Amino acid sequence: MIPLSYFLILGAILFSLSVMGIFLNRKNVVILLMSIELMLLAVNMNFIAFSHYLQDISGQIMVFFILTVAAAESAIGLAILITLFRRRQTINVDDLDTLKG
Amino acid sequence: MTFELLTFFFFSAVLVFAAFMVITIRNPVKAALFLVLAFFSAACLWVLLEAEFLGIVLILVYVGAVMVLFLFVVMMLDINLARMREGFGEYLPMGAIVAVLMVAEMVIVLGAGDFSLENMPQPAGHPEGYSNTKELGRLIYTVYVYPFEIAASILLVAIVAAIALTLRKRPATKSQNIAQQIQVKSSDRVRLVKMPSEKKPGN
Repeated sequence: MIPLSYFLILGAILFSLSVMGIFLNRKNVVILLMSIELMLLAVNMNFIAFSHYLQDISGQIMVFFILTVAAAESAIGLAILITLFRRRQTINVDDLDTLKG
Repeated sequence: MTFELLTFFFFSAVLVFAAFMVITIRNPVKAALFLVLAFFSAACLWVLLEAEFLGIVLILVYVGAVMVLFLFVVMMLDINLARMREGFGEYLPMGAIVAVLMVAEMVIVLGAGDFSLENMPQPAGHPEGYSNTKELGRLIYTVYVYPFEIAASILLVAIVAAIALTLRKRPATKSQNIAQQIQVKSSDRVRLVKMPSEKKPGN
């Protein structure tokens, strides 16, 4: 018997790891995108755990939609990355300062 | 310790290890491969939670399509790894403090007993003949049919956007112009020359 809290804590650990990944790899856009994917995975884990323990399958449908949006997001993100690399020959966040933000 | 709990601990250990390697490893290709491992262990955990369809979808769609896309892009880009690692150690203490604090807070909140086995018991198994896929499909095509169609159009927009972003015209590319090709007349290509026949030398 696995308590629900184990799954929620696992999701929290995954989420914190990906937050740390965003801190650590501030310069590398590819790893930043991967960290976002990990974050979404942590959220999905919570959705599925609750859906199982509350016996409500709607949680799994939310995960379905999150997966769809995440796939679209990463496809567009990678397309932007490729265009960026073609223009500037770099994906270092420090070099992408054209907007002077 | 039951077998179920043992399985859970094994898969979560692999998942956390893979996630840690994703954020710390130097080579982005290896990071993408560890991300595949993380998704795979997460899919195993989802199957443990009786979400079989989503577990398989995670492997087929995520590992099979999205991660391969990641790998393609990472291998296509020529990244200067040394410059990318600048400032890695600089932000390590800050990131570690934030992550550890977040985990500690969440453990305090989630481990307090509201989500323990007494308050939230594991549900009884499903009856024979129950299909997770069938139930999901039934809900998607009735209650959630509008969100489902919106999700489909989001994917369409993503396809169009990704192609529009990366498509470029190369001036050096040679291509056929069909209209010009079929307008050609035989007189443009073949020139008939009339010339008198030569006489044999020495006659």
